[in-house]
Amino acid sequence: MPSNSFLGVFAKSPLKPLEDHINLVNECAQLLTPFFERVYQLDWAGAEEIRKEISKLEKQADDIKRDLRTNLPSGLFMPINRQDILSLLTEQDKLANKAKDIAGRTIGRELQVPEPLHQSFKEYLARCLEASNQAKTAINELDELLEAGFRGREVNLVEKMIEKLDAIEDDTDSLQIHLRKGLMNIEAQLNPVDVMFLYKTIEWVGELADVAERVGSRLEMMLPG
Amino acid sequence: MDIINTYGLVLIVVAAAVGFLMAWGVGANDVANAMGTSVGSKALTIKQAIFIAMIFEFAGAYLAGGEVTATIRKGIIDSAYFIDTPELLVFGMIAALLSAGIWLAVASYLGWPVSTTHSIIGAIVGFAAVGVSADSVEWAKVGGIVGSWVITPAISGTIAYLIFMSAQKLIFDTDKPFKSAKRYVPFYMALAGFVMVLVTIKKGLKHVGLEIGTMDGYLISIGVAVGVGILGRLYINRIKFDESLDRSMHYTNVEKIFAILMVVTACCMAFAHGSNDVANAIGPLAAVVSVVNNGGEIVAKTPLVWWILPLGAFGIVSGLALFGHRVIRTIGKGITHLTPSRGFAAELAAASTVVIASGSGLPISTTQTLVGAVLGVGMARGIAALNLGVVRNIVVSWIITLPAGAALSIVFFYILKAVFVV
Repeated sequence: MPSNSFLGVFAKSPLKPLEDHINLVNECAQLLTPFFERVYQLDWAGAEEIRKEISKLEKQADDIKRDLRTNLPSGLFMPINRQDILSLLTEQDKLANKAKDIAGRTIGRELQVPEPLHQSFKEYLARCLEASNQAKTAINELDELLEAGFRGREVNLVEKMIEKLDAIEDDTDSLQIHLRKGLMNIEAQLNPVDVMFLYKTIEWVGELADVAERVGSRLEMMLPG
Repeated sequence: MDIINTYGLVLIVVAAAVGFLMAWGVGANDVANAMGTSVGSKALTIKQAIFIAMIFEFAGAYLAGGEVTATIRKGIIDSAYFIDTPELLVFGMIAALLSAGIWLAVASYLGWPVSTTHSIIGAIVGFAAVGVSADSVEWAKVGGIVGSWVITPAISGTIAYLIFMSAQKLIFDTDKPFKSAKRYVPFYMALAGFVMVLVTIKKGLKHVGLEIGTMDGYLISIGVAVGVGILGRLYINRIKFDESLDRSMHYTNVEKIFAILMVVTACCMAFAHGSNDVANAIGPLAAVVSVVNNGGEIVAKTPLVWWILPLGAFGIVSGLALFGHRVIRTIGKGITHLTPSRGFAAELAAASTVVIASGSGLPISTTQTLVGAVLGVGMARGIAALNLGVVRNIVVSWIITLPAGAALSIVFFYILKAVFVV
C-alpha cells in the first residue's frame, strides 16, 4: 500500500488484461490469412516471416497471461469468479498456441495446399478466423458488462454475440466436411504423407473455431442466469 | 482547584495548541480518504479537490461539527468523578489529544490506515479508566460508539448498494443510457444537497444564532435540493459531448455526466468529513476550556465557546492546504480502477451516513464508512476487483488503534500530572 489511504482496497482489474490478451491472440490468429496466401504461392521465405510474427505475438500474449495470473491473488473480491477468469484465460491462450502450431508445422513440412482446394480452404480458414474475431468482440464487452453491473440489456447483447459465435462455429463444421470431401476426391493423386498432414491441418484450423467457441461459453458462464 | 486557577491560561493555550495540531493532522491525513475517491476516479483534479475540501471541510466542521464535539467532550466520561479533581480531567483531555496526535503521526509514517476517531476515543477511555477509575468511563455510551463502528459501515454499504442498483436500473440498463443519465443525475445531485442542508439546518445553525423550525427546515432543504438539481441540469446541458464516443465506448459519455455528479458528492463528502472529524481535535479542547472557564467547576451544560469550532475548522483547512496536495497527489498517481458512477455511489452513501451520524452526535470513522460503501458497490458487481487482504489490514489497524491510543494517553496523563502537581 503506497500511503495510509483506504484506496489500497482497489485492486488491479483483471478485465483489461483479459481484453488485451484476446486482442493480441486474435491478431496472432488472423495472421494465418496472409500466411496461407504465401503458402498457396509457395513463397516459403515470405511465409516464414509471417510465422515469426505469429510466434512473436504469441510470446507477448504469454507475457500478459503470466502477468494476469500473478496479479490475481485469491483474496480478491470480484464480480466474476476467479476460477472462471483463469480458465477463460487458458482458453484464450490456446488460440495463439494453435495459430503458432499451424504455421510452424506447415512451414516445417513446406506443406502445399493443392490448387483445386485453394478456394474452399480460403473460405474455411476465413470462417474459422471469423469465429476468433467474434470471440474477441464478445470479450471486449467485459468492461461494458462491468459498467452495467453484469445485468440487464448489456448481458442480452453479449449473449447475442455468443449465439452468433456458436452459429459461426457450426458453419465451420459444414465447411470442414465440404473441404474434406474435396480433398478425398483428389487424394489419390497426392503424396499420401502430405494428404495425412493436410487432413491434420484442416483439423487444426477447425480447432481455432472450437477454441473460440469455448472462449464464448466461458464468458457465458460469467453472466447471470 | 488551585492548579486550574493558577495555570488556567497556560492549560488553555497548551490544549488549544495541541488541539490545533491535531486538527491540522486530521486535515493533512484524512482528507486523502475523504477526497481520494473523487481524485482516484479522475472526476476532480488535485487543485479542484483541495479547493472543494477547503470550503466544505470548513463549512462541515463549523456548521455541523457541534454535536460530535459535545459527545467527545462530555459523553464518554462521567464528570461526577472529576468534581473534586477537575485538573485531572484537564490533564486527561490534553493527554488524549497528545497521544492521538502522536499515534496518528507514527501510523502515517508507517503507512497504516488508522482512524482519527478510534485513536481519540481510545485515548480518552484510556486515561479515564486507568488514570482515574474504571467506573468513570460511561461504558454504556462507549459501547454504543463502538457498536456504531460496526453498524455504520453496514448501513453505508447498504445505502451504496441501493444507490448503485438504482443507477443501474434508471440509467445503465436503458435503451439510451446517455439520455437517462442526463435526466436522472440531477436527482442524485438534489439528494446530496438535501442531506447536507438538512443536517446543517437541524444541527448546525443553532450555535450560529439561527433557529429554524422543523417544518421550515424541511422546506428549506427541499428548496435547496431542487435548486441544486436545477443548477446541475443546466450545467450538464451546457457541456458538449463527443457523440462519436457513443459508438465505440457507449458508456463514456454517461461516465462524464457522473463525473459532474461527483463534484457535488465530493462537496458532500468533505462536508461530512469536516462535521464528524473536527470533533476528534476540538472535543477534548472544548472540555478543557469549559472546565477552566468555570473556575474548575464542571458544569454539565455550557455552550461551546465561540472560538473553538472555527479553530478546529481552520486547523483542518490549513492542514490540507499544506500537506493535502502531496497526499492527494500520491493517490492520483496510483491507478484506481474506479469509474465516476461507482465513486459517486460510494461517496454519496458514505457522506449521507456520516452526516446523519454527525447530526446524532455519534463519533464514527469516515474512512470506515467509506470502506463499507465501497464494499456495498462491490456486492452489486460494480467494481472489477477489491483487495480483501487490504480490507483486513485496515480493520486490524483500526482495532490496534484503540489500545495504542489508550496506552499512550495513560503515559502522557501521568507525565502531565507529575509536571503540574508537584
